[in-house]
Amino acid sequence: MIGIEHYIVVSAILFVLGVLGIFLNRKNIIVILMAIELILLAVNINLVAFSAFLNDLTGQVFAMFVLTVAAGEAAIGLAILVIYFRNRGTIAVDDVDRLKG
Amino acid sequence: MDYATSLYLTGAEIGLSISGLVLLLVSAWGGARVTRLVTILAAAALFGAAIFTGHLFTELSVPAAGDAFGGLYRADDFSSFAKILIYLAVIACLMITPKYLAANGIYRSEYPILLLFGAVGMSMMVSAVDLITLYIGLELSSLSSYVLASFARDDVRSSEAGLKYFILGALASGILLYGMSLIYGFAGTTDYAAIRLAFIGGIETGALFGIVFVLAGLAFKIAAVPFHMWTPDVYEGAPTPVTAFFASAPKVAAVAILMRIALEPFADHVDSWRQIVVFAALASIVVGALGAIGQDSLKRLLAYSSINNVGFILIGLATATQLGTSAMMTYLVIYVVMTLGSFTALLMLRAEDGRPFETFSDIAGLATRKPAIAWCLLLLMFSLAGIPPLFGFWAKFVVFRAAVEADLIALAAIGIAASVIGAFYYLKFVKVMFFDEAEGSVVKTSPIGQWIVLILAGIIVSPLGYFLNGLLDAWSSDAAASLFYLV
Repeated sequence: MIGIEHYIVVSAILFVLGVLGIFLNRKNIIVILMAIELILLAVNINLVAFSAFLNDLTGQVFAMFVLTVAAGEAAIGLAILVIYFRNRGTIAVDDVDRLKG
Repeated sequence: MDYATSLYLTGAEIGLSISGLVLLLVSAWGGARVTRLVTILAAAALFGAAIFTGHLFTELSVPAAGDAFGGLYRADDFSSFAKILIYLAVIACLMITPKYLAANGIYRSEYPILLLFGAVGMSMMVSAVDLITLYIGLELSSLSSYVLASFARDDVRSSEAGLKYFILGALASGILLYGMSLIYGFAGTTDYAAIRLAFIGGIETGALFGIVFVLAGLAFKIAAVPFHMWTPDVYEGAPTPVTAFFASAPKVAAVAILMRIALEPFADHVDSWRQIVVFAALASIVVGALGAIGQDSLKRLLAYSSINNVGFILIGLATATQLGTSAMMTYLVIYVVMTLGSFTALLMLRAEDGRPFETFSDIAGLATRKPAIAWCLLLLMFSLAGIPPLFGFWAKFVVFRAAVEADLIALAAIGIAASVIGAFYYLKFVKVMFFDEAEGSVVKTSPIGQWIVLILAGIIVSPLGYFLNGLLDAWSSDAAASLFYLV
Protein backbone atom coordinates (compact mmCIF):
# COMPACT_ATOMS: atom_id res chain seq x y z
CA MET A 1 0.00 0.00 0.00
CA ILE A 2 1.39 3.35 -1.00
CA GLY A 3 0.80 5.92 1.73
CA ILE A 4 1.34 9.63 2.14
CA GLU A 5 4.92 9.04 3.39
CA HIS A 6 6.00 7.65 0.03
CA TYR A 7 4.80 10.75 -1.75
CA ILE A 8 6.53 13.01 0.73
CA VAL A 9 9.78 11.09 0.37
CA VAL A 10 9.65 11.26 -3.42
CA SER A 11 8.96 14.96 -3.33
CA ALA A 12 11.74 15.55 -0.79
CA ILE A 13 14.18 13.68 -3.04
CA LEU A 14 13.09 15.73 -6.07
CA PHE A 15 13.43 18.93 -4.11
CA VAL A 16 16.95 18.10 -2.95
CA LEU A 17 17.92 17.08 -6.48
CA GLY A 18 16.64 20.41 -7.74
CA VAL A 19 18.56 22.43 -5.17
CA LEU A 20 21.73 20.41 -5.79
CA GLY A 21 21.21 20.85 -9.52
CA ILE A 22 21.42 24.61 -9.06
CA PHE A 23 24.47 24.61 -6.84
CA LEU A 24 26.56 21.73 -8.19
CA ASN A 25 25.98 22.35 -11.87
CA ARG A 26 28.93 24.23 -13.39
CA LYS A 27 28.09 23.80 -17.04
CA ASN A 28 24.93 25.20 -18.45
CA ILE A 29 22.26 27.65 -17.37
CA ILE A 30 19.53 25.64 -19.12
CA VAL A 31 20.24 22.89 -16.58
CA ILE A 32 19.58 25.42 -13.81
CA LEU A 33 16.19 26.24 -15.35
CA MET A 34 15.41 22.53 -15.39
CA ALA A 35 16.43 22.25 -11.75
CA ILE A 36 14.04 25.08 -10.88
CA GLU A 37 11.23 23.23 -12.63
CA LEU A 38 12.15 20.12 -10.65
CA ILE A 39 11.77 22.05 -7.38
CA LEU A 40 8.35 23.33 -8.41
CA LEU A 41 7.24 19.83 -9.42
CA ALA A 42 8.35 18.51 -6.04
CA VAL A 43 6.13 21.14 -4.47
CA ASN A 44 3.23 20.09 -6.68
CA ILE A 45 3.59 16.42 -5.73
CA ASN A 46 3.52 17.46 -2.10
CA LEU A 47 0.45 19.63 -2.56
CA VAL A 48 -1.55 17.08 -4.50
CA ALA A 49 -0.59 14.22 -2.19
CA PHE A 50 -1.58 16.21 0.88
CA SER A 51 -4.76 17.30 -0.83
CA ALA A 52 -5.77 13.70 -1.54
CA PHE A 53 -4.74 12.61 1.92
CA LEU A 54 -6.69 15.38 3.65
CA ASN A 55 -9.71 15.18 1.35
CA ASP A 56 -9.36 18.91 0.86
CA LEU A 57 -9.41 20.61 -2.54
CA THR A 58 -7.27 23.62 -1.60
CA GLY A 59 -4.03 21.77 -2.30
CA GLN A 60 -5.05 20.97 -5.86
CA VAL A 61 -6.13 24.56 -6.50
CA PHE A 62 -2.76 25.68 -5.15
CA ALA A 63 -1.02 23.20 -7.46
CA MET A 64 -2.84 24.68 -10.48
CA PHE A 65 -1.67 28.15 -9.48
CA VAL A 66 1.89 26.90 -9.09
CA LEU A 67 1.79 25.29 -12.54
CA THR A 68 0.51 28.50 -14.14
CA VAL A 69 3.03 30.73 -12.46
CA ALA A 70 5.84 28.27 -13.23
CA ALA A 71 5.01 28.57 -16.93
CA GLY A 72 5.23 32.37 -16.74
CA GLU A 73 8.43 32.14 -14.77
CA ALA A 74 10.04 29.82 -17.32
CA ALA A 75 9.05 32.19 -20.14
CA ILE A 76 10.68 35.15 -18.42
CA GLY A 77 13.74 33.10 -17.49
CA LEU A 78 14.28 31.97 -21.07
CA ALA A 79 13.77 35.53 -22.35
CA ILE A 80 16.45 36.82 -20.00
CA LEU A 81 18.69 33.93 -21.02
CA VAL A 82 18.27 34.89 -24.68
CA ILE A 83 19.30 38.52 -24.13
CA TYR A 84 22.21 37.32 -22.03
CA PHE A 85 23.34 34.99 -24.78
CA ARG A 86 23.05 37.82 -27.33
CA ASN A 87 25.39 39.96 -25.24
CA ARG A 88 27.94 37.36 -24.23
CA GLY A 89 27.69 34.56 -26.77
CA THR A 90 27.80 31.92 -24.03
CA ILE A 91 25.52 30.42 -21.41
CA ALA A 92 28.14 28.50 -19.45
CA VAL A 93 27.71 29.01 -15.71
CA ASP A 94 31.38 29.74 -15.12
CA ASP A 95 31.27 32.64 -17.56
CA VAL A 96 28.62 34.52 -15.59
CA ASP A 97 31.24 36.53 -13.77
CA ARG A 98 31.19 40.12 -14.98
CA LEU A 99 29.79 41.32 -11.64
CA LYS A 100 32.30 40.70 -8.87
CA GLY A 101 33.22 42.81 -5.89
CA MET B 1 -19.15 38.85 2.89
CA ASP B 2 -20.77 40.19 -0.23
CA TYR B 3 -19.03 40.81 -3.49
CA ALA B 4 -19.34 44.59 -3.48
CA THR B 5 -17.48 44.87 -0.19
CA SER B 6 -14.72 42.63 -1.50
CA LEU B 7 -14.34 44.77 -4.60
CA TYR B 8 -14.36 47.93 -2.51
CA LEU B 9 -11.64 46.67 -0.19
CA THR B 10 -9.42 45.57 -3.06
CA GLY B 11 -10.12 48.82 -4.92
CA ALA B 12 -6.50 49.96 -4.97
CA GLU B 13 -5.24 46.75 -6.56
CA ILE B 14 -8.10 46.56 -9.03
CA GLY B 15 -7.59 50.18 -10.07
CA LEU B 16 -3.87 49.64 -10.52
CA SER B 17 -4.36 46.40 -12.49
CA ILE B 18 -6.83 48.04 -14.86
CA SER B 19 -4.61 51.08 -15.36
CA GLY B 20 -1.66 48.77 -15.99
CA LEU B 21 -3.55 46.85 -18.66
CA VAL B 22 -4.93 50.00 -20.32
CA LEU B 23 -1.51 51.65 -20.30
CA LEU B 24 -0.05 48.51 -21.87
CA LEU B 25 -2.49 48.91 -24.75
CA VAL B 26 -1.76 52.62 -24.99
CA SER B 27 1.95 51.93 -25.22
CA ALA B 28 1.42 49.14 -27.75
CA TRP B 29 -0.49 51.50 -30.04
CA GLY B 30 1.33 54.72 -29.29
CA GLY B 31 4.89 53.45 -29.58
CA ALA B 32 7.78 55.59 -28.40
CA ARG B 33 5.79 58.85 -28.53
CA VAL B 34 3.63 58.06 -25.51
CA THR B 35 6.38 56.94 -23.13
CA ARG B 36 6.30 60.14 -21.14
CA LEU B 37 2.49 60.17 -21.02
CA VAL B 38 2.43 56.57 -19.80
CA THR B 39 4.92 57.43 -17.05
CA ILE B 40 2.79 60.34 -15.87
CA LEU B 41 -0.42 58.31 -15.99
CA ALA B 42 1.21 55.45 -14.08
CA ALA B 43 2.33 57.87 -11.38
CA ALA B 44 -1.19 59.34 -11.28
CA ALA B 45 -2.71 55.86 -10.92
CA LEU B 46 -0.34 55.08 -8.06
CA PHE B 47 -1.16 58.39 -6.43
CA GLY B 48 -4.87 57.63 -6.70
CA ALA B 49 -4.30 54.19 -5.19
CA ALA B 50 -2.34 55.77 -2.33
CA ILE B 51 -5.19 58.24 -1.64
CA PHE B 52 -7.75 55.44 -1.70
CA THR B 53 -5.65 53.32 0.65
CA GLY B 54 -5.21 56.31 2.95
CA HIS B 55 -8.99 56.59 3.01
CA LEU B 56 -9.25 52.91 4.02
CA PHE B 57 -6.57 53.48 6.64
CA THR B 58 -8.58 56.16 8.39
CA GLU B 59 -11.94 54.46 7.88
CA LEU B 60 -11.33 50.89 9.02
CA SER B 61 -11.07 50.83 12.76
CA VAL B 62 -11.90 47.17 13.29
CA PRO B 63 -9.28 45.17 11.40
CA ALA B 64 -11.39 42.08 10.89
CA ALA B 65 -13.98 44.15 9.04
CA GLY B 66 -11.55 44.30 6.15
CA ASP B 67 -11.61 40.66 5.03
CA ALA B 68 -12.36 40.20 1.34
CA PHE B 69 -13.02 37.23 -0.95
CA GLY B 70 -13.81 34.75 1.79
CA GLY B 71 -10.74 35.44 3.89
CA LEU B 72 -8.12 35.37 1.15
CA TYR B 73 -7.32 39.04 1.50
CA ARG B 74 -7.36 41.51 4.34
CA ALA B 75 -7.38 45.28 4.22
CA ASP B 76 -6.30 46.40 7.68
CA ASP B 77 -4.24 49.26 9.03
CA PHE B 78 -1.07 47.21 8.69
CA SER B 79 -1.53 46.51 5.01
CA SER B 80 -2.73 50.06 4.29
CA PHE B 81 0.35 51.52 5.96
CA ALA B 82 2.70 49.27 3.99
CA LYS B 83 0.81 49.90 0.75
CA ILE B 84 0.93 53.68 1.05
CA LEU B 85 4.67 53.44 1.66
CA ILE B 86 5.06 51.15 -1.37
CA TYR B 87 3.00 53.38 -3.67
CA LEU B 88 4.86 56.53 -2.63
CA ALA B 89 8.22 54.77 -3.11
CA VAL B 90 7.21 53.64 -6.60
CA ILE B 91 6.04 57.17 -7.48
CA ALA B 92 9.44 58.47 -6.36
CA CYS B 93 11.10 55.82 -8.55
CA LEU B 94 9.01 57.00 -11.50
CA MET B 95 10.00 60.60 -10.86
CA ILE B 96 13.75 60.00 -10.76
CA THR B 97 13.89 57.64 -13.72
CA PRO B 98 13.09 59.18 -17.14
CA LYS B 99 16.21 61.27 -17.65
CA TYR B 100 18.56 58.43 -16.78
CA LEU B 101 16.86 55.88 -19.00
CA ALA B 102 16.54 58.38 -21.85
CA ALA B 103 20.27 59.14 -21.61
CA ASN B 104 20.96 55.43 -22.00
CA GLY B 105 18.49 55.03 -24.83
CA ILE B 106 16.27 52.58 -22.96
CA TYR B 107 13.37 54.81 -21.95
CA ARG B 108 10.45 52.64 -23.03
CA SER B 109 6.88 52.70 -21.81
CA GLU B 110 7.18 49.14 -20.48
CA TYR B 111 9.21 50.54 -17.62
CA PRO B 112 6.38 52.39 -15.79
CA ILE B 113 4.00 49.54 -16.59
CA LEU B 114 6.30 46.95 -15.03
CA LEU B 115 6.60 49.14 -11.95
CA LEU B 116 2.82 49.37 -11.84
CA PHE B 117 2.37 45.59 -11.98
CA GLY B 118 5.13 45.22 -9.42
CA ALA B 119 3.16 47.56 -7.15
CA VAL B 120 0.01 45.47 -7.62
CA GLY B 121 1.92 42.32 -6.69
CA MET B 122 3.44 43.97 -3.65
CA SER B 123 0.12 45.25 -2.36
CA MET B 124 -1.38 41.78 -2.79
CA MET B 125 1.52 40.43 -0.76
CA VAL B 126 1.03 42.75 2.18
CA SER B 127 -2.72 42.11 2.22
CA ALA B 128 -2.50 38.33 1.89
CA VAL B 129 -3.92 36.29 4.74
CA ASP B 130 -3.77 33.06 2.79
CA LEU B 131 -0.72 31.25 1.44
CA ILE B 132 -2.12 31.18 -2.11
CA THR B 133 -2.71 34.95 -2.24
CA LEU B 134 0.72 35.45 -0.79
CA TYR B 135 2.33 33.30 -3.47
CA ILE B 136 0.52 34.98 -6.36
CA GLY B 137 1.38 38.47 -5.12
CA LEU B 138 4.99 37.52 -4.51
CA GLU B 139 5.39 36.07 -7.98
CA LEU B 140 3.71 39.04 -9.66
CA SER B 141 6.16 41.42 -8.05
CA SER B 142 9.16 39.11 -8.53
CA LEU B 143 8.48 38.50 -12.21
CA SER B 144 8.27 42.26 -12.83
CA SER B 145 11.52 42.68 -10.92
CA TYR B 146 13.40 40.11 -13.00
CA VAL B 147 12.47 41.93 -16.18
CA LEU B 148 13.33 45.31 -14.66
CA ALA B 149 16.78 44.09 -13.58
CA SER B 150 17.65 43.23 -17.17
CA PHE B 151 15.88 46.27 -18.59
CA ALA B 152 19.02 47.62 -20.27
CA ARG B 153 19.01 44.60 -22.49
CA ASP B 154 22.01 45.55 -24.62
CA ASP B 155 24.16 45.98 -21.55
CA VAL B 156 26.12 42.90 -20.46
CA ARG B 157 26.01 43.79 -16.79
CA SER B 158 22.28 44.44 -16.74
CA SER B 159 21.43 41.17 -18.46
CA GLU B 160 23.76 39.30 -16.12
CA ALA B 161 22.10 40.97 -13.13
CA GLY B 162 18.71 39.91 -14.48
CA LEU B 163 19.90 36.35 -14.96
CA LYS B 164 21.34 36.08 -11.46
CA TYR B 165 18.30 37.69 -9.91
CA PHE B 166 16.02 35.35 -11.82
CA ILE B 167 17.85 32.16 -10.86
CA LEU B 168 18.22 32.98 -7.18
CA GLY B 169 14.74 34.50 -6.99
CA ALA B 170 13.19 31.40 -8.55
CA LEU B 171 15.15 29.21 -6.14
CA ALA B 172 13.86 31.34 -3.25
CA SER B 173 10.28 31.00 -4.51
CA GLY B 174 10.78 27.24 -4.77
CA ILE B 175 12.05 27.00 -1.20
CA LEU B 176 9.21 29.21 0.02
CA LEU B 177 6.65 27.09 -1.83
CA TYR B 178 8.06 23.86 -0.47
CA GLY B 179 7.67 25.29 3.02
CA MET B 180 4.11 26.34 2.22
CA SER B 181 3.26 22.87 0.96
CA LEU B 182 4.53 21.35 4.22
CA ILE B 183 2.56 23.84 6.28
CA TYR B 184 -0.53 23.08 4.24
CA GLY B 185 -0.03 19.36 4.70
CA PHE B 186 0.33 19.55 8.46
CA ALA B 187 -2.28 22.23 9.10
CA GLY B 188 -4.76 21.08 6.46
CA THR B 189 -5.44 24.64 5.37
CA THR B 190 -3.77 27.64 3.76
CA ASP B 191 -5.66 30.27 5.73
CA TYR B 192 -3.57 32.09 8.34
CA ALA B 193 -6.18 32.11 11.10
CA ALA B 194 -6.99 28.43 10.52
CA ILE B 195 -3.28 27.52 10.51
CA ARG B 196 -2.98 29.22 13.88
CA LEU B 197 -5.91 27.18 15.22
CA ALA B 198 -4.50 23.96 13.78
CA PHE B 199 -1.20 24.39 15.60
CA ILE B 200 -2.67 25.60 18.85
CA GLY B 201 -1.81 22.42 20.74
CA GLY B 202 1.76 22.17 19.47
CA ILE B 203 3.69 22.02 16.26
CA GLU B 204 4.93 18.87 14.49
CA THR B 205 8.45 18.49 13.13
CA GLY B 206 7.22 18.57 9.55
CA ALA B 207 5.45 21.87 10.05
CA LEU B 208 8.55 23.19 11.79
CA PHE B 209 10.49 22.38 8.63
CA GLY B 210 7.80 24.26 6.75
CA ILE B 211 8.35 27.37 8.88
CA VAL B 212 12.10 27.17 8.38
CA PHE B 213 11.71 26.86 4.59
CA VAL B 214 9.24 29.75 4.45
CA LEU B 215 11.54 31.95 6.52
CA ALA B 216 14.50 31.01 4.32
CA GLY B 217 12.58 31.87 1.17
CA LEU B 218 11.51 35.22 2.57
CA ALA B 219 15.06 35.92 3.81
CA PHE B 220 16.12 35.63 0.17
CA LYS B 221 13.56 38.23 -0.83
CA ILE B 222 14.60 40.73 1.83
CA ALA B 223 18.29 39.92 1.25
CA ALA B 224 19.05 38.89 4.81
CA VAL B 225 22.27 36.98 5.52
CA PRO B 226 22.88 34.03 4.78
CA PHE B 227 20.74 34.53 1.67
CA HIS B 228 22.22 37.84 0.56
CA MET B 229 24.78 36.75 -2.07
CA TRP B 230 22.73 38.00 -5.00
CA THR B 231 22.23 41.51 -3.65
CA PRO B 232 25.55 43.24 -4.44
CA ASP B 233 25.71 41.73 -7.94
CA VAL B 234 22.13 42.56 -8.85
CA TYR B 235 22.28 46.05 -7.36
CA GLU B 236 25.48 46.80 -9.24
CA GLY B 237 24.39 45.38 -12.57
CA ALA B 238 20.82 46.68 -12.78
CA PRO B 239 20.26 50.22 -14.09
CA THR B 240 20.52 52.64 -11.15
CA PRO B 241 16.83 53.69 -11.03
CA VAL B 242 15.88 50.01 -10.96
CA THR B 243 18.33 49.47 -8.12
CA ALA B 244 16.67 52.32 -6.24
CA PHE B 245 13.36 50.54 -6.75
CA PHE B 246 14.73 47.15 -5.58
CA ALA B 247 16.15 48.68 -2.44
CA SER B 248 12.90 50.40 -1.49
CA ALA B 249 9.42 49.10 -2.35
CA PRO B 250 9.96 45.31 -2.67
CA LYS B 251 11.87 45.34 0.58
CA VAL B 252 8.93 46.97 2.36
CA ALA B 253 6.57 44.36 0.94
CA ALA B 254 8.80 41.40 1.78
CA VAL B 255 9.43 42.60 5.32
CA ALA B 256 5.69 43.15 5.74
CA ILE B 257 4.78 39.60 4.70
CA LEU B 258 7.54 38.25 6.89
CA MET B 259 5.98 40.13 9.82
CA ARG B 260 2.49 38.95 9.01
CA ILE B 261 3.46 35.32 8.57
CA ALA B 262 5.57 35.25 11.72
CA LEU B 263 3.05 37.08 13.87
CA GLU B 264 -0.31 35.78 12.63
CA PRO B 265 -0.24 32.02 11.90
CA PHE B 266 2.81 31.33 14.06
CA ALA B 267 2.25 33.84 16.84
CA ASP B 268 1.87 31.01 19.36
CA HIS B 269 5.21 29.48 18.39
CA VAL B 270 7.56 32.41 18.69
CA ASP B 271 10.28 30.20 20.14
CA SER B 272 10.35 28.04 17.04
CA TRP B 273 11.30 30.94 14.75
CA ARG B 274 12.92 33.51 17.01
CA GLN B 275 16.42 31.94 16.90
CA ILE B 276 16.40 32.02 13.12
CA VAL B 277 15.39 35.68 13.04
CA VAL B 278 17.96 36.63 15.68
CA PHE B 279 20.69 34.87 13.74
CA ALA B 280 19.66 36.47 10.45
CA ALA B 281 19.48 39.90 12.10
CA LEU B 282 22.94 39.74 13.66
CA ALA B 283 24.55 38.13 10.64
CA SER B 284 23.01 40.76 8.33
CA ILE B 285 24.22 43.62 10.47
CA VAL B 286 27.76 42.26 10.68
CA VAL B 287 28.09 41.09 7.08
CA GLY B 288 26.46 44.29 5.81
CA ALA B 289 28.95 46.37 7.78
CA LEU B 290 32.10 44.34 7.04
CA GLY B 291 31.26 43.57 3.42
CA ALA B 292 30.95 47.23 2.52
CA ILE B 293 34.36 48.24 3.84
CA GLY B 294 36.47 47.06 0.93
CA GLN B 295 34.03 48.15 -1.78
CA ASP B 296 34.95 50.75 -4.35
CA SER B 297 31.69 50.62 -6.29
CA LEU B 298 29.10 52.95 -4.77
CA LYS B 299 26.16 50.78 -5.81
CA ARG B 300 27.70 47.69 -4.19
CA LEU B 301 28.31 49.75 -1.11
CA LEU B 302 24.67 50.81 -0.95
CA ALA B 303 23.70 47.16 -1.49
CA TYR B 304 25.67 46.16 1.61
CA SER B 305 24.15 49.12 3.40
CA SER B 306 20.67 47.77 2.62
CA ILE B 307 21.69 44.32 3.94
CA ASN B 308 22.89 46.04 7.09
CA ASN B 309 19.59 47.91 7.47
CA VAL B 310 17.55 44.74 6.99
CA GLY B 311 19.43 43.35 9.98
CA PHE B 312 18.25 46.23 12.14
CA ILE B 313 14.68 45.78 10.92
CA LEU B 314 14.81 42.08 11.82
CA ILE B 315 15.78 42.96 15.40
CA GLY B 316 12.28 44.43 15.68
CA LEU B 317 10.79 41.15 14.45
CA ALA B 318 12.84 39.11 16.92
CA THR B 319 11.06 40.90 19.77
CA ALA B 320 7.67 39.56 18.54
CA THR B 321 5.96 42.37 20.45
CA GLN B 322 3.64 45.12 19.34
CA LEU B 323 6.26 47.70 20.21
CA GLY B 324 8.83 45.87 18.08
CA THR B 325 6.43 45.70 15.15
CA SER B 326 5.62 49.38 15.29
CA ALA B 327 9.37 50.09 15.52
CA MET B 328 9.84 48.06 12.32
CA MET B 329 7.21 50.12 10.53
CA THR B 330 8.90 53.35 11.60
CA TYR B 331 12.27 51.99 10.55
CA LEU B 332 10.91 50.98 7.15
CA VAL B 333 9.58 54.48 6.45
CA ILE B 334 12.84 56.15 7.37
CA TYR B 335 14.90 53.50 5.57
CA VAL B 336 12.93 53.97 2.34
CA VAL B 337 13.43 57.74 2.49
CA MET B 338 17.17 57.40 3.10
CA THR B 339 17.66 54.78 0.39
CA LEU B 340 15.68 56.61 -2.27
CA GLY B 341 17.54 59.81 -1.38
CA SER B 342 20.98 58.23 -1.71
CA PHE B 343 20.20 56.51 -4.99
CA THR B 344 18.70 59.71 -6.38
CA ALA B 345 21.90 61.55 -5.52
CA LEU B 346 23.88 58.83 -7.32
CA LEU B 347 21.59 59.17 -10.34
CA MET B 348 22.14 62.91 -10.52
CA LEU B 349 25.91 62.52 -10.70
CA ARG B 350 27.19 62.01 -14.20
CA ALA B 351 30.29 63.13 -16.02
CA GLU B 352 29.77 65.58 -18.86
CA ASP B 353 30.19 62.80 -21.42
CA GLY B 354 27.23 60.99 -19.81
CA ARG B 355 29.24 58.38 -17.90
CA PRO B 356 27.57 57.75 -14.51
CA PHE B 357 29.59 58.12 -11.33
CA GLU B 358 30.17 54.68 -9.91
CA THR B 359 33.26 54.67 -7.71
CA PHE B 360 34.71 56.68 -4.87
CA SER B 361 37.27 58.35 -7.11
CA ASP B 362 34.38 59.79 -9.16
CA ILE B 363 32.85 61.60 -6.22
CA ALA B 364 36.14 62.96 -4.85
CA GLY B 365 35.82 66.62 -3.95
CA LEU B 366 32.15 66.72 -4.83
CA ALA B 367 31.55 69.43 -2.24
CA THR B 368 33.31 71.99 -4.40
CA ARG B 369 31.77 70.81 -7.67
CA LYS B 370 28.15 70.10 -6.72
CA PRO B 371 27.71 71.48 -3.19
CA ALA B 372 23.93 70.98 -2.99
CA ILE B 373 24.09 67.28 -3.83
CA ALA B 374 27.13 66.81 -1.60
CA TRP B 375 25.37 68.35 1.40
CA CYS B 376 22.25 66.25 0.81
CA LEU B 377 24.44 63.12 0.60
CA LEU B 378 26.16 64.20 3.80
CA LEU B 379 22.80 64.34 5.58
CA LEU B 380 21.75 60.98 4.13
CA MET B 381 25.00 59.22 4.99
CA PHE B 382 25.09 60.56 8.55
CA SER B 383 21.47 59.52 8.85
CA LEU B 384 22.18 55.99 7.55
CA ALA B 385 25.02 55.77 10.07
CA GLY B 386 22.51 56.69 12.78
CA ILE B 387 24.18 59.84 14.04
CA PRO B 388 21.87 61.59 16.53
CA PRO B 389 20.39 64.83 15.30
CA LEU B 390 19.34 63.11 12.08
CA PHE B 391 16.23 61.02 11.56
CA GLY B 392 18.10 57.75 10.93
CA PHE B 393 19.06 57.81 14.58
CA TRP B 394 15.39 57.72 15.58
CA ALA B 395 14.81 54.63 13.43
CA LYS B 396 17.61 52.74 15.17
CA PHE B 397 16.55 54.12 18.55
CA VAL B 398 12.98 52.77 18.38
CA VAL B 399 14.17 49.34 17.23
CA PHE B 400 16.72 49.05 20.02
CA ARG B 401 14.25 50.36 22.57
CA ALA B 402 11.81 47.62 21.57
CA ALA B 403 14.58 45.01 21.81
CA VAL B 404 15.60 46.17 25.29
CA GLU B 405 12.00 46.16 26.49
CA ALA B 406 11.56 42.62 25.19
CA ASP B 407 14.63 41.57 27.24
CA LEU B 408 16.79 41.00 24.18
CA ILE B 409 19.55 43.12 25.68
CA ALA B 410 22.43 41.06 24.26
CA LEU B 411 20.95 41.35 20.78
CA ALA B 412 20.57 45.13 21.13
CA ALA B 413 24.11 45.51 22.48
CA ILE B 414 25.69 43.54 19.64
CA GLY B 415 23.56 45.45 17.13
CA ILE B 416 24.69 48.82 18.47
CA ALA B 417 28.33 47.70 18.49
CA ALA B 418 28.07 46.52 14.88
CA SER B 419 26.39 49.73 13.77
CA VAL B 420 29.59 51.52 14.74
CA ILE B 421 31.47 49.39 12.19
CA GLY B 422 28.92 50.43 9.60
CA ALA B 423 29.56 54.08 10.39
CA PHE B 424 33.04 53.64 8.90
CA TYR B 425 31.97 53.52 5.28
CA TYR B 426 29.26 56.11 5.61
CA LEU B 427 31.89 58.47 6.99
CA LYS B 428 34.25 57.47 4.17
CA PHE B 429 31.62 58.76 1.74
CA VAL B 430 31.63 62.12 3.50
CA LYS B 431 35.42 62.21 3.77
CA VAL B 432 35.88 61.54 0.06
CA MET B 433 33.31 64.16 -0.94
CA PHE B 434 34.51 66.91 1.33
CA PHE B 435 38.25 66.44 1.83
CA ASP B 436 39.63 64.81 -1.31
CA GLU B 437 40.95 66.64 -4.38
CA ALA B 438 38.38 67.19 -7.09
CA GLU B 439 39.02 65.84 -10.58
CA GLY B 440 37.05 65.34 -13.78
CA SER B 441 33.87 66.99 -14.94
CA VAL B 442 30.29 66.76 -13.74
CA VAL B 443 27.04 67.65 -15.48
CA LYS B 444 25.62 71.06 -14.66
CA THR B 445 21.90 70.40 -14.51
CA SER B 446 19.65 67.65 -13.27
CA PRO B 447 15.95 67.14 -13.97
CA ILE B 448 13.41 68.64 -11.61
CA GLY B 449 11.95 65.28 -10.58
CA GLN B 450 15.27 64.11 -9.17
CA TRP B 451 15.75 67.40 -7.31
CA ILE B 452 12.31 67.10 -5.73
CA VAL B 453 12.97 63.57 -4.45
CA LEU B 454 16.48 64.41 -3.23
CA ILE B 455 15.43 67.58 -1.41
CA LEU B 456 12.38 65.93 0.16
CA ALA B 457 14.57 63.05 1.36
CA GLY B 458 17.12 65.55 2.67
CA ILE B 459 14.45 67.49 4.58
CA ILE B 460 12.90 64.34 6.07
CA VAL B 461 16.19 62.92 7.34
CA SER B 462 17.33 66.30 8.66
CA PRO B 463 16.33 67.17 12.25
CA LEU B 464 13.18 68.72 10.73
CA GLY B 465 11.98 65.13 10.28
CA TYR B 466 11.29 64.91 13.99
CA PHE B 467 8.20 67.06 13.40
CA LEU B 468 6.78 63.98 11.64
CA ASN B 469 7.37 61.90 14.72
CA GLY B 470 3.94 62.24 16.27
CA LEU B 471 2.17 61.19 13.08
CA LEU B 472 4.63 58.43 12.27
CA ASP B 473 4.37 56.98 15.77
CA ALA B 474 0.58 57.06 15.73
CA TRP B 475 0.37 55.44 12.30
CA SER B 476 2.92 52.73 12.94
CA SER B 477 1.37 51.79 16.27
CA ASP B 478 -2.04 51.61 14.57
CA ALA B 479 -0.53 49.34 11.95
CA ALA B 480 1.17 47.16 14.55
CA ALA B 481 -2.00 47.00 16.64
CA SER B 482 -4.00 45.60 13.75
CA LEU B 483 -1.43 42.83 13.34
CA PHE B 484 -1.89 41.86 16.98
CA TYR B 485 -5.65 42.04 16.87
CA LEU B 486 -6.87 38.57 17.78
CA VAL B 487 -9.61 37.31 15.52
